Amino acid sequence: MRLSRWQVIFSVILVAAFALSACGGAGTAEKATSGEITVYTALEDDQIAVYLPLFEAKYPDIKVNIVRDSTGIVTAKLLAEKDNPQADVVWGLAASSLLVADQQGMLEPYAPAGLDKIRPTFRDSANPPHWVGIDAWFSAVCVNTVELEAKGLPMPESWEDLIDPVYKGHIVMPNPNSSGTGYLTVSAILQLKGEEEGWKYLDALHENIAVYTHSGSKPCKMAGAGETVIGISFDYRAIKQKAEGQPVVAVFPTEGSGWDIEANALVKKANINPAAKTFLDWAISEEIMVKYAESYPVTAAETSVAIPEGYPADPIAQLIENDFNWAAANRESVLTEWLTRYDSKSEPK
Amino acid sequence: MQSAASLAQKKAVGFEWTEERLKRLLIALVIFWLLLGIVFPLFPLIQRSLQDKNGNFVGAANYERYFSTPALSISLTNSMEVSLSVAGLALVLAFGYAYALTRTRMAWKRYFLLAAMLPLYVPPLAHGIGLVYLFGKKGLITTGFGGAFEALGWQGWDINLYGFNGILLGELLYVFPQAVMILMVAASLADARLYEASESLQASPMRTFLTVTLPSLRYGLVSAAFVTFTLVFTDFGVPKVVGGNYNVLATDIYKQVIGQQNFEMGAAISMLLLIPTVMAFVVDRIVQRRQTAALSARSVPYQPKANPWLDRAAFVYCLSITLLIFTVIATVFLASMVELWPYKLNFSLRHFDFSTVGGGGYGAFWNSIRMSFYTALFGTAITFFSAYLIEKLKTFKPARSFAYFISMIPVALPGMVIGLAYIFFFNPLQWKFGGLVIPNPFSFLYGTMGILVLANIVHFYTVSFMTATTALKQLDREFEAVSESLGVPFYRTFWNVTVPLSLPALLEIAMYYFVNAMVTVSAVVFLYSPRLKLASVAIVNMDDAGDTAAAAAMSVLVILTSVGVRLLYDLATRGISRRAQAWKAR
Repeated sequence: MRLSRWQVIFSVILVAAFALSACGGAGTAEKATSGEITVYTALEDDQIAVYLPLFEAKYPDIKVNIVRDSTGIVTAKLLAEKDNPQADVVWGLAASSLLVADQQGMLEPYAPAGLDKIRPTFRDSANPPHWVGIDAWFSAVCVNTVELEAKGLPMPESWEDLIDPVYKGHIVMPNPNSSGTGYLTVSAILQLKGEEEGWKYLDALHENIAVYTHSGSKPCKMAGAGETVIGISFDYRAIKQKAEGQPVVAVFPTEGSGWDIEANALVKKANINPAAKTFLDWAISEEIMVKYAESYPVTAAETSVAIPEGYPADPIAQLIENDFNWAAANRESVLTEWLTRYDSKSEPK
Repeated sequence: MQSAASLAQKKAVGFEWTEERLKRLLIALVIFWLLLGIVFPLFPLIQRSLQDKNGNFVGAANYERYFSTPALSISLTNSMEVSLSVAGLALVLAFGYAYALTRTRMAWKRYFLLAAMLPLYVPPLAHGIGLVYLFGKKGLITTGFGGAFEALGWQGWDINLYGFNGILLGELLYVFPQAVMILMVAASLADARLYEASESLQASPMRTFLTVTLPSLRYGLVSAAFVTFTLVFTDFGVPKVVGGNYNVLATDIYKQVIGQQNFEMGAAISMLLLIPTVMAFVVDRIVQRRQTAALSARSVPYQPKANPWLDRAAFVYCLSITLLIFTVIATVFLASMVELWPYKLNFSLRHFDFSTVGGGGYGAFWNSIRMSFYTALFGTAITFFSAYLIEKLKTFKPARSFAYFISMIPVALPGMVIGLAYIFFFNPLQWKFGGLVIPNPFSFLYGTMGILVLANIVHFYTVSFMTATTALKQLDREFEAVSESLGVPFYRTFWNVTVPLSLPALLEIAMYYFVNAMVTVSAVVFLYSPRLKLASVAIVNMDDAGDTAAAAAMSVLVILTSVGVRLLYDLATRGISRRAQAWKAR
């Protein structure tokens, strides 16, 4: 077959165009700037409202669909969809939850750009890491000052203070069987005091507890509304409620607080959307890390942002030496023990 | 109508497209959708309950662990205890209310009926918020309105809300409208001839009540007991908000699945949840079987006579219950319009601006309205058509009984079980049973409006189906018989006779679907997608995030929407209903 001249020219142009577009394609695979991704997150709504517009301004052609819910629901949804994952990216979910997803082989290792700036304790030790942290949150005690005064109670300062019988019926705490914050606190006490002393302490604390709640934010919320005097909860919650004008103060127990990391991960699926990687790169970039630092005193990468108001001056000193592996390995046995000791009581005292 | 010629033509092709075949095909279609919506999704759940976390088959190990852990199995006792208490109390209270509405001549009947239905329009979490603001530690009642009545010697009244008491109160509000509805239907079917006989025999009013009224209502009472028991047994919203440390099965599923991601134990508890409800269902069916002859064609509708003392007592009784219902709802309205409860009590509408809180704000609100509208539209069509085929077609009896049985299952399914089952069934691209791998043709539904609507239709199917069946039973079978002998195909009778006559019931079902879809959380919380946020889920999210006032504000919008739709419906149907139901009047 003889090709006409025009046919030859046309073919050459076609091939060239193809090669060029292939080059272009390879170029954009490095950093996709368009597409649509689904992000599962447990970050607070008011935080997302600040963070997300920054990403959208930088990558206007990437459409981000956010699924936000409490840590438990997001984790349950993620795991339940294991056979056909809907999420592309997990953003700001408790590392302890991501460990569970990782054990089930649901996370794709990925080293986001700027990983070298992340503190070594704030990322998965594997290389490339399965998850990368963005901030830490820790247990804190919310105290309603109005109710405290009305009842003539002293201001508690430590875990030890909380088992004083004067607080009987005035403390609310999350149930570790349904709340990550609850488990954080219980595991911190067991790690601080050792198992034997720790359970003795929890026995004594149990005497003062009015009610165990399902969610970790509820105790602080109840304290804010005067439904209880003292609520064991976490830092961000307490500070936020104070800022809203509720009569609560955040007390950080002198012995130290239990803590967990909020982390990001890439979800393993057949076709990984390159835009997901763009998002993960952005989610630990300096631009956003500064924003995280405005609401969290401890972030995965160091920033020059001042510690937010209401937090201790040296927040890192407040964190206990948390052995995540211990916490993960003993989770089931601790929860079962806790359940048998305290959860079988049917009526609040 | 098919002409003989066209029939012959079809015969020649080798396939006779008769009416009989069409009926069978339609019944098969009904069974298909019932299996797809209700039965099949349960299989992956049952499968899970027999597995360990790594997907290995472990037999009944999860169940054994459940019963050998007292902290878990106490929930079963608690669930029974609270469900029986609520069923008993609700029955007594609702009986009085329904009696007053149907058998007396008290004033304001119309308004009392509307008031009794109000709790249906309130998101369960809003009831919780209302109760906490009234009876919580800083509640209006607990503190005696902030000590406003101290001069009168009333310090306030602490009912110890969190726990059994809270669940009891919340569930009573939740099931009261349903119990009243069922008992009213039963009470309105009374045969006046029996009362005339009783009167002419000079029986005392008490004797008449015991020997005529109560026996004629026994089926209604059993039905109401069954429905209230099941609703309480499977409810999750109320115990979550005011349950305190009083653990029940529905919150246990939540703790296992959400708190520990233990789907296997969650699935096992879901299965346990089914047992008492299925038992209650069987009892109910056995009792109902005898009811067919309760109202014969010769019955005369009962018209209550004036009885000043009884009418006055009834009025006071209904007024007090209505006031209780109003108080809780009014508290929710109050909560949404106060700057900062209970410390800054000035009026403010700032909580209605949802831009600073999560959950999706007004977008979620519109999505909810759309979803509820589709649920009402498709739900009513599919429910009524299914009920018609099952009730009226005299063919294929075993298949129709089977379909009837499946239609009764959803009432025993807690919303959360439906939600979980739907993830496991609709999300995977293929199903694995043992070594068998089947591609899933329905996975495209996942994350769409379609699955939300389907979940809602299934969740509220049984009550709608029963309403449709009751309405159809009231229509004489003669219609079908006459049509058949005249050679009119059944679908024409359906469209020209059955549907117009059942219009009030159809609209009632549509309303029921709409208001329930507006407030439901448990079934959709696992299924909603980022593009389809919902108001009811937003309420839970906002409350979880501590934005109680915003949650109350969204609840107010939901309540106003449902009440608004209800009022529109009343205005629009008053004429239609009167004309269509004229044949019932004496």
